[in-house]
Amino acid sequence: MSELLDEVSLVERPEKNKPLGVLFWICVGWITLNIIGAIFANVLPLQNPLFEDFNAINAGPGLHHLFGTDDLGRDIFARVVYGSRVSIAVGAGSMLIGFGIGAPLGMLAAYRRGRFDAILTAIMYVLLAFPAIIATIAVLSFWAPRSLLKIILVIGLASVPLVYRVIRTATMAIATKDYIIAAKVQGATDGRILVKELLPNIAPIAVSFLLIGIATVITLEGALAFLGLSVNPPTPSWGNMINESRTVMAENPWLVIFPSLALCLFLLGLNFIGDRLRSHFDVTEVKL
Amino acid sequence: MLLGIIFVISVGSFYLIHLLPGDPAVVILGTGATPQNKAILYRQLGLNRPIYEQYFTWISNVLRGNMGTSFISQTSVASTIRAALPIDVELIVLSQIIAFATAIPLAMRSARKPDGPLDRILGAGSFTLLSVPPFIIIVLMVLFISVKLGIPHTGPSSYVTFSTDWIVNLESLALPAVTLAIGSFVVYYRVLRSDLIATLQEEFITMARSKGISQRRIMWRHAFRPSSVALLGSAGVNIGGLLAGGFVVQYLLAIPGLGYTLISAINMSDYLLVQGIVLVVSVGVVLINFIFDFIINIVDPRISRE
Repeated sequence: MSELLDEVSLVERPEKNKPLGVLFWICVGWITLNIIGAIFANVLPLQNPLFEDFNAINAGPGLHHLFGTDDLGRDIFARVVYGSRVSIAVGAGSMLIGFGIGAPLGMLAAYRRGRFDAILTAIMYVLLAFPAIIATIAVLSFWAPRSLLKIILVIGLASVPLVYRVIRTATMAIATKDYIIAAKVQGATDGRILVKELLPNIAPIAVSFLLIGIATVITLEGALAFLGLSVNPPTPSWGNMINESRTVMAENPWLVIFPSLALCLFLLGLNFIGDRLRSHFDVTEVKL
Repeated sequence: MLLGIIFVISVGSFYLIHLLPGDPAVVILGTGATPQNKAILYRQLGLNRPIYEQYFTWISNVLRGNMGTSFISQTSVASTIRAALPIDVELIVLSQIIAFATAIPLAMRSARKPDGPLDRILGAGSFTLLSVPPFIIIVLMVLFISVKLGIPHTGPSSYVTFSTDWIVNLESLALPAVTLAIGSFVVYYRVLRSDLIATLQEEFITMARSKGISQRRIMWRHAFRPSSVALLGSAGVNIGGLLAGGFVVQYLLAIPGLGYTLISAINMSDYLLVQGIVLVVSVGVVLINFIFDFIINIVDPRISRE
């Protein structure tokens, strides 16, 4: 009897997940710190990011100005912290739109199948073929005046087909599993199956894709800022800070280095968390 | 399917102008448009006819290679694009040569000893580079190479074509090509490495080893081809992405390719030129993806049989 039990437990023992590791929690802490900084930037004891101190122009890092000042005497540390607001808002906002539209549609299409799925998937694949970055630039360049809300809206809508494809593929892999069929046989409603059975099981894939999606969108916002298509100066954003500093970087390299470092470390944190979660939950073949 | 997608893209780039609020003539000509210019534009685009007729007029012109004449620079859109496109092609070809020439041998080295010292270093390095956007790479390169070391990079006024003077041409394209290559390298290295590791555990590799075939020959002749499907897939996406997204590097280094032209067209509100470039780039991206799908089917015939 005990031998039999041993055998059963051997067969049924779930595979151990890879541990998340210390570095994972450091990254989580770093991202949280950035988000807190962005939300409470006007409460924190920071200098005014728009104040031009003509007595301290192009000052290096020091006690009074932690990261130094720019060519107009503005405090770089304050501008980096305030600049994170734009990046985080664009990243979170547009992914909220992308997932808000793309995820329910993808789940529904994979669960229902049939004509609804066929038509929707065909539309999404055609949209996916259209280079999103070009569409974004084209729309933003002619849709004056520019605002943060418009940027979030345009990037968010452009990401819908991609989110749809990832979520649909993930749901399809699960929708044919035995426990879903069992739930159907028991007479569970479609809504209950979608929310209680499918949603928790695709959540790990969705979350890791969400994090990598946010990183991609933040990079895109930085590129848009370079072309002058993001928020208008003097509002700081990491992208437009790096862009503005190009002309003076021979005299004041700190002006380039600090916002670049802030942006890269933030992206690195997001990518690392996403990557770790993916291997932790053993998400193998969903193309990201 | 391909023709369907291209049709939708053409409708999309055509319709772009009608999605925008206001009189399309004002959008194209700017607010300072004179009534005569407006009348000419209305006649040229047929703006007072029904929308589907406008589309057919436009698309039949485009198919004959006529994308209209810019109202800003008074030059034909098609000739502007024809001058800029070769620069993009050269830049992409150069960057891909660098990326493949480094990624393939290094991935093979790493795959031979997974979790060995080289694999760990390259793994951490490539993961870090994954988080560095190309515009930061280029700015830092300019900062450290051009400014600190005093090596100049050329601008559009001094840009020369490959056939005129290939040394000067390659000099001016070296920095952007390396920048674009770094982004491609990271993706290719990671994809090929993990696929090679999976392939090397297959039985036919053990078989080849037991026959005494050299490590090098096993890598190139036996393991490389079945491991290259995901690599080719990501190359297709990546090259398409470089065509559509190469503008940042071009803009920063003032290399007059399509991306640079697109941005300056946007800044001057040169609507017809933007429309033309959007159309050409979108169709180009779709074609590149299509070609790579085709190559993948040749490299791994199992895929099309499924």
